[in-house]
Amino acid sequence: MSAAIETVASAARTDAPPAITLDRVNKWFGALHVLRDISMEVALGERVVVCGPSGSGKSTMIRCINRLETHQDGRILVDGKELTDDVRSLDAIRREVGMVFQSFNLFPHLTVLENCTLAPIWVRRMPKKDAEALAMEYLTKVKIPEQAKKYPGQLSGGQQQRVAIARALCMKPKIMLFDEPTSALDPEMIKEVLDTMVALADTGMTMICVTHEMGFARQVADRVVFMDRGEIVESGPPDTMFNSPQTDRLKLFLSQILRGH
Amino acid sequence: MASDTTTTQLAVATAVPEAAPRTPPISVIGPIAWMRANLFSGWISTAVTLALAYLIARWVIGFVDWAFINAIWSVPNNQTQACRDLRGTGACWAVVTEKHRFILFGTYPYEQHWRPALVCVLFVGLYIVSAMRRFWRKELALVWILALTAIGILMWGGILGMPYVPQERWGGLPITLILSTFGLAFAFPLAILVALGRRSKMPAIKAICVLYVELIRGVPLISLLFMASVMFPLFLPEGMNIDKLLRAQIAIILFAGAYLAEVVRGGLQALDKGQYEAADALGLSYWHKTSFIILPQALRLVIPPLVNTFIGFFKDTSLVLIIGIFDLLTAGKTAIVEPAWQGFGVEVYITIGLIYFCFCFAMSKYSQGLEAELNRHRRR
Ligand SMILES: Nc1ncnc2c1ncn2[C@@H]1O[C@H](COP(=O)(O)OP(=O)(O)O)[C@@H](O)[C@H]1O
Ligand SMILES: [Mg+2]
Repeated sequence: MSAAIETVASAARTDAPPAITLDRVNKWFGALHVLRDISMEVALGERVVVCGPSGSGKSTMIRCINRLETHQDGRILVDGKELTDDVRSLDAIRREVGMVFQSFNLFPHLTVLENCTLAPIWVRRMPKKDAEALAMEYLTKVKIPEQAKKYPGQLSGGQQQRVAIARALCMKPKIMLFDEPTSALDPEMIKEVLDTMVALADTGMTMICVTHEMGFARQVADRVVFMDRGEIVESGPPDTMFNSPQTDRLKLFLSQILRGH
Repeated sequence: MASDTTTTQLAVATAVPEAAPRTPPISVIGPIAWMRANLFSGWISTAVTLALAYLIARWVIGFVDWAFINAIWSVPNNQTQACRDLRGTGACWAVVTEKHRFILFGTYPYEQHWRPALVCVLFVGLYIVSAMRRFWRKELALVWILALTAIGILMWGGILGMPYVPQERWGGLPITLILSTFGLAFAFPLAILVALGRRSKMPAIKAICVLYVELIRGVPLISLLFMASVMFPLFLPEGMNIDKLLRAQIAIILFAGAYLAEVVRGGLQALDKGQYEAADALGLSYWHKTSFIILPQALRLVIPPLVNTFIGFFKDTSLVLIIGIFDLLTAGKTAIVEPAWQGFGVEVYITIGLIYFCFCFAMSKYSQGLEAELNRHRRR
């Protein structure tokens, strides 16, 4: 299974080293085996959409990539560096990997601008002026420069999520992780966030995105990965996956998603 | 969010038939309407209101009579007979007029009283400056160091032509202010470190912090003060003698630190886990994360219990009387030991109570303002 995935990926891309490598990763929460022998490679510039039923381990998997969770077995390489307990290398990896959460997790006591400049100033040691210019540039890209002086609590959900995307981009990451970025949003705000993500994909950013937005997957994904009960069950280009699913589990999942929509 | 949109839709739906804006009926606003709704809403409520109003009025009139109308404000040369004749009908503020300097400054040499008086003014000035947000800069630490040095020089003297006054002679309000200011100024940072330590992933640090909090919380402050004054010197090498006030001060710092640490820990726990994760995901180091993201939010959440603890400790400093330190309350007690003035405790305690109240009420009011201002970002 995983060998097939790797061939597809490397056939589609040049022979640059992969941005992310997961090699037989296992993780348990207590006795609960949440990741079972997960192997996957994501090439530089590749866009991967991860889907699967709730509780299948999608969040856990992408949280292992920037080590918000620690895996217990197997290897994870990000940008060629292996994730270990070493704090220095961890900091280096987190600088290269941006993350967007389902619940935004903006810092409510800081303004939108301060949210965006904090990490560039203190982690990248950027002068304040430059950091602010950079933040304004990204806030313009996500189409909310006029909200820079407001507090997150004064914005709508869609606007907050776009700030969260801008905040992650201000660190100039090589890889972006999205964990159900639109699941907490009202329907009328989903589109503005997806549009922002499509625009980001068009810049060639390496992205791993957990989402059930099939339209988005078809539009930008190079590959869709279907997870169930901690395993990667099936993966391939979006059209193949959605039009001719191979496994019963994916068929069942797709029928549930379609009924839900 | 969703409820916002539905209310707007509802508002639109009801607004359409009648275009003219409607003012609420007169009877639901204004003080009369408020009284009708809250004080006289039924016959039981009316009866309770009237009965309580009668009791309050009687008590207030009685107090005003006693405290102001029948009161004696001063007597010549300790002739307290006039006061004694009025027992029960009028207050004898003469005791306060006569003894106020002793109550405020204890046994500090009389002709040097300007020094502790200036110390009190300095303390109050320090509080006011520190309370203003526009002075919340690094320089404030310097101001504190300077002010505290000045306070030390004034109290001890021995230079600049001021005669030396040993610490045993200090007393009254300066002692209370010294113990509580230093106590809280040192206990608060200690508490933050202990609270962070209790959540540390390093088992040794965590164990030390848990042990400290549990041990200190498990004993009353009085026994800690006793230990500081009686047992602590036993452990010190011969000839080395730490000042009694300093020992009490250390005991208070340790005690307040343990309580404040638990308050701070409550704030750390109440904070959404997502805040920690977002800071981690951005690559912020532990100290950057803690000082920019975690503490500012956690401390804001616990302003009310923090100030509650502050106020409690301000008053608890009066327990140092147990080891023979003359704080404000002890000085007041001692002031009425003299036979001529025995029996006028009520007047003295009311006065001391008022002084405590001024400080505590100021703290409480200030914290309310600070809370509203710092949590402004929560409002929409
Ligand atoms: N911190 C945790 N402690 C214990 N169990 C957890 C924790 N986080 C997630 N789980 C469990 O791990 C499984 C996978 O969770 P998750 O990765 O969040 O799934 P998904 O994102 O696909 O819905 C679920 O059964 C969940 O209950
Ligand atoms: Mg999830």
